[in-house]
Order: sequence, then structure tokens, then C-alpha cells
Amino acid sequence: MKLDSKIPEGPLAQKWDRHRFDLKLVNPANKRKFDIIVVGTGLAGASAAATMAELGYNVKAFCYQDSPRRAHSIAAQGGINAAKNYQNDGDSVYRLFYDTIKGGDFRAREANVYRLAQVSVNIIDQCVAQGVPFAREYGGLLANRSFGGAQVSRTFYARGQTGQQLLLGAYQALSRQIGAGKVKMFPRTEMLDLVLVNGHAKGIIVRDMVTGQVTSHAADAVVLATGGYGNVFYLSTNAKGCNVTATWRAYKKGAAFANPCYTQIHPTCIPVSGDHQSKLTLMSESLRNDGRVWAPKAKGDKRAPGEISESERDYFLERKYPSFGNLAPRDIASRAAKEACDEGRGVGPGGKGVYLDFADAIKRLTENGVRERYGNLFDMYEKITGENGYKTPMRIYPAVHYTMGGLWVDYHLMSTIPGCFVLGEANFSDHGANRLGASALMQGLADGYFVIPYTIANYLATSKQAKPKADQPEFQRALGDVAALTKRLLSINGKRTVNSFHKELGHIMWEKCGMARDEKGLQEALRQIPALREEFWKNVKVVGENGELNQNLEHAGRVADFLEFAELTCQDALHRRESCGGHFRTEFQTEEGEAKRDDENFSYVAAWEFAGSDKPPILNKEPLVYEEVHMSTRSYK
Amino acid sequence: MNLTLKVWRQKDKDSDGHLATYAAPDVSPDMSFLEMLDVVNEGLMTKGEEPIAFDSDCREGICGTCSMMINGVAHGGQKGTTVCQLHMRRFKDGDTIVIEPWRARAFPVLRDLVTDRSAFDRIIQAGGFVSINTGGTPDGNAIPVAKTDADKAMDAAACIGCGACVAACKNASAMLFVSAKVSQLATLPQGKPERVRRALSMVSQMDSEGFGACTVTGSCEAVCPKEISLDFIAQLNREYGKAILKNPVQSKAGEGA
Amino acid sequence: MTNLLRNLFCSSLGKKYLMAGTGAALFVFVIGHLAGNLQIFLGPEAINRYGNLLQTNVELLWPVRLILLAIIIVHIWSAISLTRENRAARPVSYTDWKPTAASYASRTMFMSGVIVAFFIVYHLLHYTVMVQSINFTGKNFDAHPEFFDKEGRHDVYHMMIVGFSNPVVALFYVIAVGLLCLHLSHGVSAMFQSLGWKKRPYGACLDRAAVWGSVAIWLGYSSIPLAILFKVIS
Ligand SMILES: Cc1cc2nc3c(=O)[nH]c(=O)nc-3n(C[C@H](O)[C@H](O)[C@H](O)COP(=O)(O)OP(=O)(O)OC[C@H]3O[C@@H](n4cnc5c(N)ncnc54)[C@H](O)[C@@H]3O)c2cc1C
Ligand code: HEM
Ligand code: HEM
Ligand code: SF4
Ligand code: F3S
Ligand code: FES
Repeated sequence: MKLDSKIPEGPLAQKWDRHRFDLKLVNPANKRKFDIIVVGTGLAGASAAATMAELGYNVKAFCYQDSPRRAHSIAAQGGINAAKNYQNDGDSVYRLFYDTIKGGDFRAREANVYRLAQVSVNIIDQCVAQGVPFAREYGGLLANRSFGGAQVSRTFYARGQTGQQLLLGAYQALSRQIGAGKVKMFPRTEMLDLVLVNGHAKGIIVRDMVTGQVTSHAADAVVLATGGYGNVFYLSTNAKGCNVTATWRAYKKGAAFANPCYTQIHPTCIPVSGDHQSKLTLMSESLRNDGRVWAPKAKGDKRAPGEISESERDYFLERKYPSFGNLAPRDIASRAAKEACDEGRGVGPGGKGVYLDFADAIKRLTENGVRERYGNLFDMYEKITGENGYKTPMRIYPAVHYTMGGLWVDYHLMSTIPGCFVLGEANFSDHGANRLGASALMQGLADGYFVIPYTIANYLATSKQAKPKADQPEFQRALGDVAALTKRLLSINGKRTVNSFHKELGHIMWEKCGMARDEKGLQEALRQIPALREEFWKNVKVVGENGELNQNLEHAGRVADFLEFAELTCQDALHRRESCGGHFRTEFQTEEGEAKRDDENFSYVAAWEFAGSDKPPILNKEPLVYEEVHMSTRSYK
Repeated sequence: MNLTLKVWRQKDKDSDGHLATYAAPDVSPDMSFLEMLDVVNEGLMTKGEEPIAFDSDCREGICGTCSMMINGVAHGGQKGTTVCQLHMRRFKDGDTIVIEPWRARAFPVLRDLVTDRSAFDRIIQAGGFVSINTGGTPDGNAIPVAKTDADKAMDAAACIGCGACVAACKNASAMLFVSAKVSQLATLPQGKPERVRRALSMVSQMDSEGFGACTVTGSCEAVCPKEISLDFIAQLNREYGKAILKNPVQSKAGEGA
Repeated sequence: MTNLLRNLFCSSLGKKYLMAGTGAALFVFVIGHLAGNLQIFLGPEAINRYGNLLQTNVELLWPVRLILLAIIIVHIWSAISLTRENRAARPVSYTDWKPTAASYASRTMFMSGVIVAFFIVYHLLHYTVMVQSINFTGKNFDAHPEFFDKEGRHDVYHMMIVGFSNPVVALFYVIAVGLLCLHLSHGVSAMFQSLGWKKRPYGACLDRAAVWGSVAIWLGYSSIPLAILFKVIS
């Protein structure tokens, strides 16, 4: 497989502008003749579908929820970055670019990241014009806050519901096009396969989740914006339905999967309360501005927090990282908490938690002062745990939050399958090995509003492929494959529920391929996962039939894909013999316990290629060349 | 604790449904309501029975997917809380809990507790947007917006489209939902140019979907997980009143582009 | 113009305006009528003069009557039309439904309205058309000389005294006016909401004012049959 990143020539700052000029256009009258499929209606998918429909293409959009408005982007709380420099605090496109590259631990592609920083400013204008109610100052201008990994205030927000408001903006733009008949929307419809004709992506196979009907849809190009795969860990901050199915099945049709092992763990989530736990809830990182993180010094200390005296507490972040203290970056804070728990010093059910204590803040600011800043978070904490965070310290634990890896794409956001474009969290671009807060929303919208409309035109204008038809043999074959898979799932009729497999897989992944990884654990996981997969296909029990609304069957299909995908993730984690960003190999750390990159040997994107069900995947490398920035070591001491 | 559930089971849109009784033993107070149902479902599936179908996705109170009536109250009666965020510590050992789907002509039941709320989408498609294309928009700070207006628009925009307002309303009226969107956009300068057309077409779509009218009973506001205020219904009434006085031609629903 | 009418008469919100507008007019009538009726406490002269004033101004009386009739027809028509739509909006009802925050009055607007409508019909037959068979006193309010005062005016005072001396009739009035006031206790504040004039800062005051106002109206109206029944006036 040849990885051609198609990075345009010229100086970094001019690449995108020049390239836009070089790209081929489709004239307005011809746009009407092109059909485009967009899978996913999150920030990336909805913005892409709406924009392409505005331009005149015929768009079909798909999502598994009952409405495009419910895509998981809705859950993002904190905000969206943009290099507007409205605060006059020294921000610039270049600084946002640099922060993102550095935050990604020098494992992202320069040209893509620069373009992201450039278009970030247009995103804000676009969203304001759509009626997104961003927070404002009294003077009527837009307000900003600061966010992790940056020294400037460039984050735009709408209360704690930024993702919701941006998504609703995109959803409304999409709705306008649905109303105008330019987009045909298929909610409650799940993509189960990608169809290639003549090597180009020309359609998809979907299942209507209400009737069970499996149908094929043909188009001139396919855009996947299906979000992240965090649910391979079973417990994550992702929505229950988030899955890898769409991208995984594209992988099996020839799209390379890049850097699957880069997963982000968020330090301030509400801990697991028991075996029934179905998902984890994130609490804004801002809590660490005033809360102090600690664990008891003694192992197995089961006393109530109030009974543990000051000298018996270990404020481990303050101890280990005196200058950043409780504000150490996500990955570092997460790992430190895990270490404390692994040493047997964790608190709460199962010893999986550390305290986030506001006692000092309350002394300093009074309870009301704290309430003013974080009242809604304390309320949420109380709703979920039944505990009052003002009276007893909160308990927190890290949880899987975001996946930097995804389908490999070139500068055009096209995967290694011509005509198959990948946007948003589903692709691997832009964030390298670690994503900074408030930049996923930015990336999704950049991809959808401002990149794909240009680059897809170039493909359509130059690819010269015949118009596909949904009854072509390629589609028939794919339909048959999907039907056979469903039938197989339903016919096993074993003893274990789908969920029990998902949980077990998640457990293996979290233990062996989670916050800290090592060779031994990964190898163990690589033995356990295939065994679990084998058991799944022998012993899973899927109830009901295909021809009905069958949530158990949906789940089974997703878990089947996770069981394959998990293996690739572990392989990727095993092969990357360095630590970087969200990938921490315990063998590769500095004496102080910090991540140790190996730029000499691993400064590349690992793009895995499917070689057949019974063959190991092929590793392709896209070298990362840094022309602008100088690679340095992250330090937060 | 041990609970008894009476759950609405219905095979599909066209079948008749009934309340079925299930035991939910060993429920932990730390479970969310949906996790309790997950556990009941695991039990059913192990026995080879079909699980209770219910909608959920984010499970953190923001996507608006989860939806069920618990003992006659939409989302179960904790103020400002969706059912995915409702926890079992609010119930006591021995309780019997009746669980039903949203019921409204405009929200047909698809299966068990799952309903079709696409009527809401069609109302937004009829006019719940600002008609601008991507690109060519003025700078975000070009038009200042008073903070009070921005805050009020945000209050309205917080709606998650869950449909609890419809479910709780004695008339199955969608006024709270529709008013939230109309008010958000009518309050911001960006939405003002289209306010007449928007109010007319969204209301007309709301009517044709078969929702009832508002008789100001206020249940919607009481169950709304985002505590959307009845003031917005008043604002919609005002908007619509102005719109019918100003409106020269009847706008048709869906006249989007 | 046709659009305006179509929007008013065919949309749910338009019908609500009609309902609120006509409700407001009816409310004004209810207040005015109460003020007129309370003159009974001033003695026969006052109320008979008032009655006569109304009766003899035919040029005014009939237009007002027709307008009132039109208003009540529109009110009732929109009530029936909306109520039917509202019931159709939930074809399958809940086995268990709690009214969460919805007051009793708000949930029973149609029933209280319908009963009030029947009351009004009865009341018109009783005191305006003066159909003998329904006043249960065996007397003809219209023809019997007893019901004309010495100036030859219709003796409204005496008619009411006789009319309400029957405890069943008096009680029926008290109950019916009670239902009307139940209707108004919700209707008056709802009217502001439907016309878009209700807002958070004074909304709660409005609700309270509507309730207490309605109680006052009920006390006002009821005082007449009760005073007669208990022979406070005779
Ligand atoms: C709790 C939380 C908080 C966050 N906070 C922030 C923040 O403050 N700032 C920030 O920048 N980022 C934040 N993020 C990250 C950010 O929200 C996401 O990365 C981003 O929204 C992803 O957008 P997307 O469009 O790529 O995918 P999604 O929004 O996940 O959309 C995926 C879409 O694909 C569809 N889909 C998936 N699979 C299929 C299938 N098989 N068939 C059909 N359709 C399918 C879904 O229906 C959905 O429409 C947060 C994430 C989480 C979980
Ligand atoms: C003198 C008689 C009446 C008066 C003063 C009156 C007054 C009102 C008022 C002020 C409202 C509030 C309008 C709104 O919601 O915006 C109202 C509503 C209503 N009225 Fe009447 N009404 C009277 C008679 C009737 C009759 C006879 C009926 C029935 C047939 C009726 C049925 C209704 C209904 C169903 C409502 C709607 C309830 C609501 O919107 O909350 N009313 N009325
Ligand atoms: C205790 C209560 C009431 C008393 C004592 C009372 C008394 C009367 C009397 C005496 C008349 C006849 C006037 C005349 O012909 O000279 C009358 C007329 C009328 N009343 Fe009442 N009334 C009462 C309550 C109501 C209520 C609650 C309503 C309606 C909501 C109402 C509506 C009318 C109407 C519509 C007329 C006819 C007016 C006309 O001549 O056109 N009344 N009332
Ligand atoms: S108004 Fe409230 S109850 Fe209604 S859909 Fe919106 S969030 Fe749900
Ligand atoms: S409950 Fe229904 S009646 Fe109106 S105030 Fe809410 S829509
Ligand atoms: S599942 Fe998203 S709001 Fe409840």
C-alpha cells in the first residue's frame, strides 16, 4: 500500500490557500448530478452534509440515533478553540498550530494541523451566524476561557453545553437542507458495510434499525464521520451507541487504520459504582483549578476521608509535579491516580478512585464561592453518587474519553480507498498522540464546513468513475455478506449475553491497553482477545429476530467488530516501543516517570492494512516530517 | 432492594401492547434507572426472552434520547433530570414501578418504550434555523449581542428535544419544544430577519403533526429536564401573533432554501 | 386578510387567541354583570331602574346581545375544536398519569365551561326569556302583575327574590357560578399567557390574582341567591 499524504508544496502558511486554487471544481450545474453519502451526523457529518447540499450535491445522510441532533458531539461540555485573538493576549494561527502539534506530542501532520488552525476562525463566524448562543461579555462581544495545554484564552463556549449548541447549529443547517429536499436523512439506520466498485467507494449497506431491512445505497462518494471507538473499553465517557463498525468495515475493505493505540484518558470522571456500571460521566477538568487531589498514604485505608489527618494524606500531584500541581496535563494526572490505586491506596468501591478535595477552596472562597464556580458540577456529582461534594471530598477516577487514532486520511481527508472520505473523530489526522481540550469540536467542524466541500469536488471532478447503481453485483454481494453475518449472529444461540462479552473485552483492554501498557500485558491481551472472540462466535446468545427493532442484535454486531478491532489496537500498542501522548509504555519512561518518546524510530504514522481475516495486518509507515517546528520534550515539572 | 416493574411491552407499531410484570431483585441504590433496566434485561436475555427495548445513548442527560414515563411522570419526577440520570436511591425496597412509553399521536410507539419522535425533526426542518449558507459570514464580533439576550437565548437553546413536554402534557402539546427554538432564534439578531416566516411555518408544521394545543397547564415545564420556562410559550404566542399580522403570504412548511 | 383569518381560525395558536380574546370579553361581561346585579343590595329602586335602563334601550340592547352571542359562540366553538384536537393528540392514554404541576382547574376547563354553558342557557330561560316551567315557583315572571313595580317597570328585584326563594335553584346558581369561577381561576391567567403577555417576574402574581379574583367573583355572585335564601333581603 502506498501512503500518499498529498501535502501541497509551498510554505506551510500558504499551503491551503494555494491548494484550494489548484483543486479542481465541479461547476454548479454538474453538482446536481453527483450523489454523496454521509454516514454520521455529529459535528463533522452534519456540517459536511449541510454544506455539500448547499453547494448543490444530492446528499444522503445516515445516523444510528433516532435524530441527527443526538450524535455524540452533543455531550462535549468545555468549548471550542479558535485563533481569533479576541483577547489580545498574543494568540495567532501559528500559536494554535504550535500548541496543537506540541499537545499531540509531535505525532501529527504539520500541514493538516496548520490548516485546522487557519480555518478555526471561520468556524466561530459561521456558528455565530447560525444563532449559536455563545457566551458573551457585558459589552456584547464573545467571551473566552482558557483551557488545558495553552497559555492564551481562545476557547469559545456556550455554558457547559458547547458541543450541544454547535451540534444543534449544524443540525439546523442540515435540517434546512432536508426541508429543501437536498438531503435525504436516514435516522435509526446503521451502516454495516462499504461497497467498492472498481476500487472506489461507491456505496454502503445499511440496516433499518426499526424494520431490520438491509438495503444498499449507491453514490459517487462516501463520507464517513462516525465518531470514535472509545467503547472498545466498554466503560468510557462515550455514548452507549458509539462504535467502530463503520470504520472497521471500511478497514476490511481496504482503508488503512492509523494509530489505533492512541487513546485519551480523562482524569476527572465519576468512578465506577459497581458491576452494573454502563458508562462513565465526565466532570469538567476545570474542577482541578480549585480542588486538591489526594489519596491516603497507607494502603487499604478504609476510614472516612474526614478521619484521615493531613499528615496521613498524599497530595500526589502536588508532590510529583510541584510547578503544575493539580493542573498537570490529562495523561499525567490520570496515570498518577492509577498508580496510587494500583498501590492499593485507592478509595471508594473497589478501591478505584482518589479524592478531589474542596475543603481548602471552601475555606478560601466559602461554600457559596465554590458553588458559584462549580455548582452545576457538584449537583451532577450528587445526582450520580448521592454524595455532597461540599461536605465530603469528591471521588474521581480516570476514564477513556477520546480516540486520536482512526482511519488514515491524506490532506484531502480521503482514506486509502479512493472516494471514501473520513472526517471528525473517525479519522486520525490533526491530534497526533494526544488531543488538547476544546480542539475536537474545532476539528469536526473544520473538516465538515471548510475542508471536505473543496476536496471532494476535486475527487469528483477528476476520478471519472461510472455512476454506480445499487443493484450492481458488488452491492448484491455485500448485501449477501451482511445478511449472512446477521444470520450467523442470530443462529449461535449460546449461553452468554452480548454484554458480558463486551464487558470482558473492555476489562482486558483497560487493564492491558489502558493508561499504562507494557509488552507483557499487551502480549497477554493478544492471547486473550482472540480466545474471547472465538468464544463469542460459539457461545453468544442473541435473542429476537432480524426483522424487528432488535437492540440486542445491534449490540452484537458492534461487539463483534470491537472484538476484532481490539486486537489491532493492542498490536499497534505493542509495536510502538516508545511512550508518547496517550500511549504510555511503562518500559519507556524517564527516571521521573515521564513519557519517553523515540523520535528516531517512531516518528511516523502507523497505518495498518487489512490483509485477510486469518493474516496479520500489514504495517505501513507515513514518516512525519517537521519543517516548521522543532521537536521537544514535554515537561510539566 | 427488590422492586416490581410493570413495563409496557409492544412488539411493533401495529401490534397491541400490554403491561408485563417483572421482578427486579437486588437493585443497588447507586444504579441509574437505565442501569437497573439493563440488569433486568440481562436476566431476560439469559432466559432467552427478548429484552425491554428502550432508547438511550449519552446517558448523561444531554442527547435527549432516553424517554419513559415512570409512575405517570415523564423522566421520573426528579427536577431537571432525565431518566438516564435518575438514580435508584430515589426508590424504596418493595416499590412497584409502572413504566410506559411517551404517548402521543405524533410519537407512535415503535417497540416497548421506544417511540418515533421524528415529528420534532420535521418541525425544525420547517423553519427552526437561520437561512445562511456556509462561508461568507461576518466576523463573530461584528454584531454585538447583549449579554442578557445571549443568556436568554441559551436558556431556550438548552432544550434537548427529548419530548417529555409532550409526554407530560395533558394535550400532548409540543408548545414548549417549539417555543424554545422560536424564542432562541427570535432573541438573537441573527435570527430576527426570518422570525415571521419561522413562527408561521413551525407552528403550521406542529399542527399538522397532530400535537395538541396548549391550555397552559404547566406540566411540561415541571418535567422538562432542562427546565425550559413557560415564558417561552408566551414568547411564541407573541411571535405568532405578530407574525400573522405582518404576514403577507402564507409560508409553506419546508420552504427552506 | 384571508391569511389572517385562516391563521386565526385554522391554526392551534390562532384558535387560542380567539379563545383568549373572547374569554377576556366574557370576563369583562361577568364583572359588569356582577356590578349590575349587586345593586340588588341597594334596594328595589336601584336595580329596577338599572334593569329598565337596559330593557328600554333596544338600540343598544340588541347589538350588545348579538355581540355577546357571537363572542360566546366563538369561545365555545374554539373550545370544542381545540378540545377535540387535544384529545385526538393522545389516542392511547396512560395507565398511570400524574398531573405534575397541572392544577385541577386547568385540567377541567372544558367540563367547567360546558356546565357554565348549560347554566347560561338555563339562566337566560330563567330571567331573560322567563319561561315559567323552569323557575319552579309556579309563577310567571313575565306576565304576572306581581312582577311589575308601581312605575310599571319590570320588578327585577321581586323576580330575584321569588326566583331564589327556591333553595334548589339558589343552590344551583351558587354551584354554577362556582364552576364559572373555577374556570376563571385558570382562564384569566391563561388568557395572558395565550396572548403572550405573561412573564416570569409577574407571572406568579397574575396566577394568584386570577385565583383570588375568581373567589371574589364567586362570593359576589353567590351573595345574591344566598342573601335571598337566608332572607337577608326580602
Ligand atoms: C463527554 C465528552 C466531552 C467532550 N468535551 C469536548 C470539549 O469540551 N471540546 C472538544 O473539542 N471536544 C470534546 N469532546 C470530544 C468531541 O465531542 C468529539 O470528539 C467530537 O464531537 C466527535 O464528533 P464527530 O462528528 O466526529 O462524531 P460523533 O459526534 O460521535 O458522531 C458520530 C456520528 O456517526 C453516526 N454513526 C456512528 N456509527 C455509525 C454506523 N455504524 N452507522 C451509521 N451511523 C453511525 C452516529 O449516529 C453519529 O451521528 C468531548 C467528548 C466527550 C465524550
Ligand atoms: C361567561 C362565560 C365564560 C367566561 C368568562 C370564560 C372565560 C374564559 C377565559 C378567560 C379563558 C382563558 C383563555 C385562554 O386560555 O387563553 C377561557 C378558556 C376556556 N374556556 Fe371559557 N369562558 C366562559 C365560558 C366558557 C364556556 C361556555 C365554555 C365551554 C363550552 C368554555 C370553555 C373554555 C375552554 C375549554 C377554555 C380553554 C382552557 C384554556 O385554554 O386554558 N368557556 N374561558
Ligand atoms: C347569582 C348570579 C346571577 C344573577 C342574580 C343574575 C341575574 C340576572 C338577571 C336578573 C338578568 C335579567 C336582567 C333583565 O332581563 O333585566 C340576567 C341576565 C343575564 N345574565 Fe345573569 N345573573 C347571574 C349570573 C350570571 C352569570 C354567571 C352569567 C354568565 C356568565 C350571567 C349571564 C347573563 C346573561 C347573558 C343575561 C342576559 C342579558 C341580556 O338581557 O341580554 N348571569 N342575569
Ligand atoms: S422543552 Fe424540555 S421536555 Fe421538551 S423536548 Fe425540550 S428538553 Fe425535552
Ligand atoms: S403541559 Fe401542555 S398545556 Fe401547555 S403549558 Fe405545557 S404545553
Ligand atoms: S441518554 Fe442521553 S439524555 Fe438520557
